[in-house]
Amino acid sequence: MSVETTLIADDIEGYLRQHEVKDLLRFITCGSVDDGKSTLIGRLLYDSKMLFEDQLASLSKESKVFGTTGGDLDLALLVDGLQAEREQGITIDVAYRFFTTDRRKFIVADTPGHEQYTRNMATGASTADLAVLLVDARYGVQTQTRRHSYIVSLLGIRTVVVAINKMDLVGYSQQAFDAIVAEYQTFAAQLGFEQIACIPMSALKGENVTAASDAMPWYTGPALLPFLETVQVDKDVSNRPFRLPVQWVNRPNLDFRGYAGTIAAGTVKPGDSITVLPSGRSSTVTRVVTMDGDLPQGVAGQAVTLTLADEIDISRGDVLVSSEAPASVSDQVAAHLVWMSDTALLPGRQYLLRVGTAQVAASVSEIKHKINVNTLEHQAAKKLELNEVGYCNLALDHAVAFDPYKECRDTGSFILIDRFTNATVGAGMIDFGLRRASNIHWQKLEIGKQARATLKGQKPCVLWFTGLSGAGKSTVANLVEKKLHALGHHTTTLDGDNVRHGLNKDLGFTAEDRVENIRRVGEVSKLMVEAGLIVLVSFISPFRSERRMAREMVEAEEFLEVFVDTPLEICEQRDPKGLYAKARRGEIKNFTGIDSPYEAPEAAEIHLQPTAEVSAEEMADQVVARMRERGLI
Amino acid sequence: MISSTALTHLQRLEAESIHIFREVAAQFRNPVMLYSIGKDSSVLMHLAMKAFYPSKPPFPFLHVDTTWKFREMISFRDQRARELGIDLLVHINPEGVEMGVGPFSHGSAVHTDVMKTQALKQALDQYGFDAAFGGARRDEEKSRAKERIFSFRTSTHRWDPKNQRPELWNMYNGRIHKGESIRVFPLSNWTELDIWQYIYLEKIPVPSLYFAAKRPVVNRDGTLIMVDDQRMPLLPGETPEEKMVRFRTLGCYPLTGAIESNATTLTEIIQEMLLARTSERQGRVIDHDQAASMELKKQEGYF
Repeated sequence: MSVETTLIADDIEGYLRQHEVKDLLRFITCGSVDDGKSTLIGRLLYDSKMLFEDQLASLSKESKVFGTTGGDLDLALLVDGLQAEREQGITIDVAYRFFTTDRRKFIVADTPGHEQYTRNMATGASTADLAVLLVDARYGVQTQTRRHSYIVSLLGIRTVVVAINKMDLVGYSQQAFDAIVAEYQTFAAQLGFEQIACIPMSALKGENVTAASDAMPWYTGPALLPFLETVQVDKDVSNRPFRLPVQWVNRPNLDFRGYAGTIAAGTVKPGDSITVLPSGRSSTVTRVVTMDGDLPQGVAGQAVTLTLADEIDISRGDVLVSSEAPASVSDQVAAHLVWMSDTALLPGRQYLLRVGTAQVAASVSEIKHKINVNTLEHQAAKKLELNEVGYCNLALDHAVAFDPYKECRDTGSFILIDRFTNATVGAGMIDFGLRRASNIHWQKLEIGKQARATLKGQKPCVLWFTGLSGAGKSTVANLVEKKLHALGHHTTTLDGDNVRHGLNKDLGFTAEDRVENIRRVGEVSKLMVEAGLIVLVSFISPFRSERRMAREMVEAEEFLEVFVDTPLEICEQRDPKGLYAKARRGEIKNFTGIDSPYEAPEAAEIHLQPTAEVSAEEMADQVVARMRERGLI
Repeated sequence: MISSTALTHLQRLEAESIHIFREVAAQFRNPVMLYSIGKDSSVLMHLAMKAFYPSKPPFPFLHVDTTWKFREMISFRDQRARELGIDLLVHINPEGVEMGVGPFSHGSAVHTDVMKTQALKQALDQYGFDAAFGGARRDEEKSRAKERIFSFRTSTHRWDPKNQRPELWNMYNGRIHKGESIRVFPLSNWTELDIWQYIYLEKIPVPSLYFAAKRPVVNRDGTLIMVDDQRMPLLPGETPEEKMVRFRTLGCYPLTGAIESNATTLTEIIQEMLLARTSERQGRVIDHDQAASMELKKQEGYF
């Protein structure tokens, strides 16, 4: 503030003119307590002279009570707001800080870095233009560094500063710094950042925070604050197609009908042709109204009221878009979802979804996978727990207008609200709309499952054989089918290997592909059951949740789980296809029982335990006997 | 306030506040704006007028009168309501009046609780408001820095700092059950300087108490208290002195310290503030009652 202080004293009006045209940079700081994040923010506030004497006095008193700096000013205490946090010495929520320099105004979202606070970080990142990631120079790129980087990239931040802090503790070593930079850049290549600035610093000592450090002459780049003052962040959505989600219809009298909202993207001026989504009706803009007078042109970020040439039905939730480049409309979307509630997200459960100003009922139809925020690995998931991130398909009860999140934050983001507690439980970023289902409706069928089954004189059902590779599932299933066929029953068999040659030949053996593999087989089994058949399914199907999914696709009495419980050692000895040997040699990845788990059934209808004494034939008899007991044959 | 495609910081703040006003009007059945007559309230009222133009704001304004406000604040309040043609409600805690509660007789803590916090809750219950706008800013005080823009309150008006709704992008979840309410803070991201600069640029009227003038004050424990009416008991040996003073914040006159100043224009006020070495809340007696006192008051339902 030094240059400005003189200006304030000498020419306050000149200062105000200069201050008036400053722009605003919103950034998030990510790092844990140990990285010195609060100290860094405290330092920025302190060094940019944003502290007053009474605040300093209060800080000095608190430093003695709560401080971790041996009675010296503990700058971190400036930032840790709530009493509970001060006592525990941790930051548990998002706090917003404000400071101004000669060049710019700043709003800092200070968020906790622990894994259990992923939601807070997502919250802080949602309104930030840039992220400052703190890395402890002693430890380099840590798991949490990867996590923070992933979350900020997920929320659409394209510019990051890697603040390599505590350089004083590694002797201001250039070698240490260079190694961390190289490691980070290798890792970050997959995250799509447009700009990565690495700055060596010591927040505690104030090195390279507001001014260049004498301790690190080998570093010739800018200190943190000068960088933040000058960095150009691509946040200008004015050159994108026009979008305005209608917030409120303004009708003071019969002569005026305006549509109030904040321009999410693009520009708008009288004469522009706009389309109302999702209805698709079009009109022409007549005025861009504000209390300061009509505007020749409204731009992204402005809150305006538009009037149109035609009287068309528009209400809150509709989006006014450029007629030349309209937004997407769909009732199904694929999106990344950050779960923010203690109660897990369950597919099929209904939530309220708010996108722009529209609100609809919605459920997750499928979790395609969840993302391990520490390793970025994709994992199969049937639910999302607090702080987990998933890639999901969502089904909405009405079509809504939206854009992909990466194109427009304000029309591509949504929140999920719990219908009972009204809490905000999830935050989503739309990837794209799933158009393929939008025109497919349920066809009403005249002939039902019952009618078909009656014609065959049998009760359709699914016999679901699960067990390790080589357990003997197909052998037993084959014998069961022969016996049923001999009894005059109409059967069919879905075999894991065979289906993978056709229907599922595009799928591999990762967890999420296994989920999809079973989902398809479950759907096919269901169709077969509806055709009146007895369906024998012989699949390893290692995960309980997918077997449950298959079970829930048909009626409860139509599903029999047959657990072929051959121990791994025996399967491996048998190794009929030589697969175990290959897996042991590392030639096959994700092999069930070796490097991919098998979750044994907890309550299978039929539990087969093959021993040397029990033949496959006898086990097939057991299955047929159980079917008879249950009245299926 | 409106120029090319790149918005200045004040334009961004103005648009954000207007967006918040409109969300509340659209999402709630019966909102109210808390009007406290000070500079932040003046800005808030101005933004409300902008948000719904050419309509008037579709909600009333409520002043919780502790009966100890500066007299000038009351006349300013009534004048502004007339000029803007808005619906102004005034609520005074009748029980507090009956018990004769005041800052001198009962101390600042009891007075603030009964005449401000309890009175506010009474008014919200009486009118059944489901959302209430306040002028609080995150830069004012540490516990405010973590406040949401839509801040959920239980049916007993309590704030639970550990159980706040995540608030992402510009999306505000105003869904509540009957009896619950939301406090809304459209000025969350404004700083004291932003407020003054906006008042200056937009020519928003503020009470003249913000400007330096000769006023009768006494010095109590280092705080200059203005003798605004006859209810102020003078201690032995105390005589009001005429001094050039002004106020950085406005509240109950016995609880609001004046500062000696010669700033008689807006630009001089801004200049003085920028060169000042103490924060604006320093003149507020209630913040210093105990550590984290604002956080406690907020939990109990104070704004």
